[in-house]
Amino acid sequence: MTEPKEAGLPEREELFTLYRDMVRIRLFEEACPRLYSQGKIGGFLHLYSGQEAVGVGVAHALRQDDYMIGAYREHGLLLARGSRPHEVMAELFGRQTGCSHGKGGSMHLFDVDRRFMGGYGIVGGHLPLAVGIGYSILYQEGDQVVVCLFGDGATNQGVFHEAMNMAALYHVPVVFVCENNGYGIGTSVRRASAVEELYKKSCAYQTPGVKVDGMNVLTVLQAVSEAVVRAREGGGPTYIEALTYRFRGHSISDPGTYRSEQERRLWKERDPIPRLAALMTTQGLATQEELAAVDAEEKALLAEAIHFAEESPDPPREELWQDIYAEPWPAVILPEKGTIPHG
Amino acid sequence: MAEITCREALNQALAEEMERDPRVFILGEDVGLYEGSFKVTRGLLARFGEKRVVDTPIAEAGIVGLACGAAMVGLRPVPELMTVNFAIVALDQIMNHVAKVRYMFGGQVEVPLVIRAPGGGGNQLGAQHSHSLEPLFMHCPGLRVVAPSVPADAKGLLKSAIRCRDPVIFLEHEGLYGVKGEVPEGEHLVQLGQADIKRPGRDVTLIAVSRMVYVCLEAAEMLAGRGIAAEVVDLRCLNPLDMATVIASVRRTHRAVTVEESWLTGGWGGEVAVRIMEAAFDELDAPVLRVGGADVPMPYNHELEKAAIPDAEAVCRRVEELF
Ligand SMILES: Cc1ncc(C[n+]2csc(CCOP(=O)(O)OP(=O)(O)O)c2C)c(N)n1
Repeated sequence: MTEPKEAGLPEREELFTLYRDMVRIRLFEEACPRLYSQGKIGGFLHLYSGQEAVGVGVAHALRQDDYMIGAYREHGLLLARGSRPHEVMAELFGRQTGCSHGKGGSMHLFDVDRRFMGGYGIVGGHLPLAVGIGYSILYQEGDQVVVCLFGDGATNQGVFHEAMNMAALYHVPVVFVCENNGYGIGTSVRRASAVEELYKKSCAYQTPGVKVDGMNVLTVLQAVSEAVVRAREGGGPTYIEALTYRFRGHSISDPGTYRSEQERRLWKERDPIPRLAALMTTQGLATQEELAAVDAEEKALLAEAIHFAEESPDPPREELWQDIYAEPWPAVILPEKGTIPHG
Repeated sequence: MAEITCREALNQALAEEMERDPRVFILGEDVGLYEGSFKVTRGLLARFGEKRVVDTPIAEAGIVGLACGAAMVGLRPVPELMTVNFAIVALDQIMNHVAKVRYMFGGQVEVPLVIRAPGGGGNQLGAQHSHSLEPLFMHCPGLRVVAPSVPADAKGLLKSAIRCRDPVIFLEHEGLYGVKGEVPEGEHLVQLGQADIKRPGRDVTLIAVSRMVYVCLEAAEMLAGRGIAAEVVDLRCLNPLDMATVIASVRRTHRAVTVEESWLTGGWGGEVAVRIMEAAFDELDAPVLRVGGADVPMPYNHELEKAAIPDAEAVCRRVEELF
C-alpha cells in the first residue's frame, strides 16, 4: 500500500468550488426523499449523502476530456462532474429533458458531454467497461484517463477480478476508486469479504493499492490526482480504497437499522462538508458569511432544478420504440403486415 | 383455510422443508440478518442458524456454483438471487453447470437445487432490474422452470421444487408478494408440471403464468361484458409444460391467446402457440395469437413502462381479433 502524500492546501478559489460542489450534492440528495414521497420520483433511489468528498475529490482531479463511470449511487458523481442539477433531477422525474431522456432513472444517468459514461445497476458490471474505455484511449494514443467508481460489495464479484487483471495486463489508464462505505445493502464488509482491507485486493494484480480517508475531500483529491498523473504518463492502473459512509440506508426503502446509533454518530462527526468549512474558516480562507452565501446560492439553484424538472414534459409514447437500434427501420427486414402485435 | 400473502406462503414452504429435511439450506445476498430484500426469508436465520441460512457476498456466479457443488454431493440448496436480472451474472453456472451436469456425466450425479429469483416489471426500476426471463430458462434442457401466481400454488410448488431431484428455477413476481389468498393448512404440495384452470370459459383460452394470470383474469372479466367467455389457464410451470391441459382447453374453446410479460420475440408464447398448432390445428377456428412484453429494454418513465407491459386492454384487443 502507498499512502498519498500530505495534502497541500489548494487555492482559496478551488476550496470554495470543492465546498460548493459538496453542498450542491448534499442539498440535492436531501431533497430527493421528499420528492419521492410526493410520487415525483419512482423506482429505486440510492442517495449519496455522506460520500460527497469522494465524488467531488475524484471529479476535481480530472480534465474535461477525461472519463468517469459509476454504479447506481451516482447522482453526486454527475453533479461533481459538472452536469446541471436540472437535467439530473429531470431524469429522476422520468422527463424527456432528463440526462437519459427519461429512460434511465436514478440508477442510469448519463452525460455524454461531460464524458460521464453512465450509472449501472448490476453490481460490478461496469468495471470491464472502464477497462474498455481505457483500452480505447491507448488504442487512439490519447492521454486521457478513466476513473471508475464502485462500492465495496463490487469487489467480491468475479468481474472485479477479471477487470483488475485485464487493466494491469494491458496497462490501461484506469483509476479504480472503491467507495468503501462499510455495507452492501445490509451486509457489512466484514461479513462479505475475506479481506477486510479492500485496498489489498490489488496486490494480486501488481497494481498499486492506496487507502484514503474518504471523508476528506482534500486527501481524496490528492490521491486521485497522483493516480491520474501516473495513468496519464503511461504508468497504468491504480486502485484506491476511499473509506466513507452513507448517512442514509442503502436505498429509500431501507431504514438502515442494521447499523448502530453509535456508529452512525461517529461517522456523522466526520461529515466532509462541515469538516472542509471548519478548515477554511480556521485557516482564514473563508468567513461563515461567505460559506452561508454559497449555501443560499445552491439552495436557489436546486429550487430552479426542481422547477425545471416539474415543468418538463414526459417523453411521448413513441419514445418507447426509439433508441433500440442505431440503424433506421428500412435497414431492418420487417415481417409481414399484421404479425407485429406491438407498435 | 388461512388467508396469507405469497410472501408468507413462500416463507412457510421454506421453513417446513427445512424442518422436514436437514439437508435443505438457504444461501444468498442479505437472506439472513437482513431477512431478504423482499423479506421472504424472515425469521429463518433466527430459527435455523447460520449454517443453514447463509449470507453470501454479492457474487451470483459463486452462489449458484457453490449450490451446484453442494447439491452434487448430497445437500439440497435453495439459493436466492436478489432478482432474476442478476441470474444473468450467474447464467454460466446455471446453464453450463447446473443444467448439464447430470446428463454430461451419464446420470451418475444429481443436482437437486432450487434457485429462487424474483422478477418482473412495473416498479420503474429501469432496464437492468425489470425483466421477465422465463423463456431464457425454458430454452435450456435440464432445468425445471416454475412461476406461480397465487399463494397456495407458491407454497405447494416451492415445497415440491425443493423435493424435486432436478434443478429448478423458481420465478417469483415482485408485484405478487403482497397478494393474499387461501392456502390449505398442513402439508400442501402442488405437483410440478400441472397447469391449473383459474377461470373456466368456452369461447377462448388465455394462457399465462405469474402476474399475467391476473391480467388475463381481468381481461376475462372485461370480455364477459362483451359476451365472450374466456378460460384462463395458469401454466404454473414452463418445464415441464402441461400441454395436455392446454390442448384439452383449446378443444373446448377453439381459440387461444398466449399472454406473457417476457419479451415477445423468442418468448414462451411462441413455443406454446406452435405446440397447439402442431397438436390441434384442426380444432382451431382462428390462428393462435400472442401478447407479450414490448421488445425494448424496460424504460424508467412510468407511462412508457406501462406501455411496455401487457395489460388487460391489450389482451382483449387480441382476443377480439379472433372473432
Ligand atoms: C449483480 C447484482 N447483484 C445484486 C444486486 C442488488 N444490489 C444492489 S446494490 C447492492 C449492494 C452493493 O453494495 P456496494 O457495492 O458496496 O455499493 P454501495 O451500495 O454500498 O454503494 C446489491 C446487493 C445488484 N444490483 N446487482
